[in-house]
Amino acid sequence: MPTAEARVTIVENPSGYTLPESHRRYLLWGILFGFAALAVGVFQGFVQGLNYGGINIFSNLPGMRTYYQGLTLHAVLNVFVFPFALSNGWLALAVARSLGRNLNGFLLALSFWLLIGGSVLGGYAILAGKASVLYTFYPPLRAEWTFYAGAVLLVLSTWTTSAAQILALSAWKKEHRGERVPLLAFVSIATYVMWDIASMGVAIEVLGLLLPWSLNLLPGSDPLLSRALFWFTGHQIVYFWLLPLYVSWYTMIPRQVGGKLFSDTLARIAFVMFIVLMPVGFHHQYVDPGVNGYFKWSAGILTFAIFFPSLLTAFSVMYALEIGGRARGGKGILGWFWRIPWRDPSVSAQVLAMITFLPGGITGLMNASVDMNRLVHNTTFIPGHFHMTVGSAVALSYFGLAYWLIPYLTGRELWGKKLAVWQSWIYFVGVLVFARGEISGGLLGMPRRTAISMINYAPLPGWKLAGALTAIGGSMMFLAAILFFVILAMTLWTGRKTRPVVDLPFTSTVQGAAVSGNQLILDKISYWVFLSLALVALVYGPFLLTHFPPTLSAPPFMGY
Amino acid sequence: METLAGKLEKGYIWLSVIVLVAFIAAITYSSVVLAIVVPGNDGQIVPKPGETLFAAVTRTKPFDQPGVRQTGPGTYDVVILGQAWMFNPGAIELPVGAEVTFLGTSIDIDHGLYIPGTTVNIMLLPGQIAKQKYRFTRPGEYRMICHEYCGMLHHQMTGTLTVK
Repeated sequence: MPTAEARVTIVENPSGYTLPESHRRYLLWGILFGFAALAVGVFQGFVQGLNYGGINIFSNLPGMRTYYQGLTLHAVLNVFVFPFALSNGWLALAVARSLGRNLNGFLLALSFWLLIGGSVLGGYAILAGKASVLYTFYPPLRAEWTFYAGAVLLVLSTWTTSAAQILALSAWKKEHRGERVPLLAFVSIATYVMWDIASMGVAIEVLGLLLPWSLNLLPGSDPLLSRALFWFTGHQIVYFWLLPLYVSWYTMIPRQVGGKLFSDTLARIAFVMFIVLMPVGFHHQYVDPGVNGYFKWSAGILTFAIFFPSLLTAFSVMYALEIGGRARGGKGILGWFWRIPWRDPSVSAQVLAMITFLPGGITGLMNASVDMNRLVHNTTFIPGHFHMTVGSAVALSYFGLAYWLIPYLTGRELWGKKLAVWQSWIYFVGVLVFARGEISGGLLGMPRRTAISMINYAPLPGWKLAGALTAIGGSMMFLAAILFFVILAMTLWTGRKTRPVVDLPFTSTVQGAAVSGNQLILDKISYWVFLSLALVALVYGPFLLTHFPPTLSAPPFMGY
Repeated sequence: METLAGKLEKGYIWLSVIVLVAFIAAITYSSVVLAIVVPGNDGQIVPKPGETLFAAVTRTKPFDQPGVRQTGPGTYDVVILGQAWMFNPGAIELPVGAEVTFLGTSIDIDHGLYIPGTTVNIMLLPGQIAKQKYRFTRPGEYRMICHEYCGMLHHQMTGTLTVK
């Protein structure tokens, strides 16, 4: 009786898998497109890092009119196009592998072309100087309609991948009634389901308010309502950046370090919590007028609650590292840590990324504290924080992931393995120096999103050191990113052809999924979606009701 | 039978819960006992039909007359407008010990009012009335900075607040 056996593997069929060529092509090109976007984005980041050091080269870049045009490009490419492209590719692969079943080929192709289309439309608007509105695009700043249309296509691209995953899951369930969903598929699908709900805010904002407004179909904009809708998505998007890497940390890294994931159940609980604890976006609006304390407080408490699954992740992942380090001869309380395979660039990049995520997460808790927020809101403390999360926990982990994923998808050996290890360390040190600069600058009053090299007043005490560290750290990150792109390009062009890499390095678990009992409810994603929507109604419902119909009184502004 | 790892896992989970609850308690303490508050619902200026937002803001008290107003012994209202790309007024003077209520809004786009070295940190949103209290106990020249991106010359939107 197969259903009575505990599922010890996190994939349907552990013995082997062949990725169909139709999948491979779209996944590989989607991922490469994401990295190409990142290459442009990090160059802009380098230019902006220098700005903090008082060096202005952005005025001399061809086609770039202002600092803010470059900043818009930096953010849109690095936090929309890049992570969307990578998660679409990586988590489509994860679901196909885990369920041992092809995804809908049409949807995969559609998702890829939507991503390209959205990037082209949005990229055109930004490069033409018609959308220097930053990635938050707060009205009444108004971009050309192509910018909003591009954003719509980018989100549609993620929804299409999600649909492909869910179709595969429901087909799998029909053939495996009463069985636990394999862990790798579960966490990948949960990530996308979380994002499907989270992206509703920005979908309503763009489709209902901004896109028609940019086509002159609406008389004005509602700045506060737009901010609230944006941040409904805008906070949860950080988990959509992060969770694909949690998937890697939970299901691949344990095996890569020679260990095992301890608990299947704990991993599922963490991802379920990310779905349920949805409405936290108001903590980005602590110092906004017109937002009642009820919303600020409920978002604040839920933000601390949603830190909990990240603490669970810290336990699970560290324990897996420890099992691996001890199996490789590590002894003592911390001795195991030095024994994990640091010479494997995929491991070094991702473990270093995890380390930067510790201060990244803690500074996030500071931002979420109402009282602390008054000191740091919209200062460079915030980019200091999120470059240790999305700029490192995510970006550096994706470098690490690529170090095995690109060979898997191309059948070519990784070029420059030693250089790749160096690459991860340079990025690691760079991001910490950068964050030290930004965080200290923010505490000393340096505003974020500001062309500091062009201010018309004397820098406040301490800004110069903070800015110099930011510039130095940012340059190191840029150097490391260049090394990554060199390694990637050399692998693609000159990497030695090997037999196709046999399989994904998926882990096994110490405690597998229970086949009966109350844990079965964890797999009922629809229940968690319902709970999540109920919580959204409780927190956002009153706000939306009192702001409906919107006050469309703010005329457009295009002074950028 | 429970393994050591299982026990550690349980202990860790409880520790995580306790830490997070303690954090929330600390913030509640700062809010309730120390009375640290952030802007809330202090009203919105909605234009009449056919009226521009700019006209609506500039006819609404107290924003028809931006500036410093003494409201009692040692207490002041600072009425401030954000607009691209300046604060109105751009220079403010206050005596040491002034208990100030900032009342701000914007006539065009999102701006911010941030005074480094203090906890004055508010968003100035079109038509939304922002309110924030602060007591200036140290004399000196403070800088008012717009810390919400507001277009091409955002980095030059600044002003001074002198306490003497």
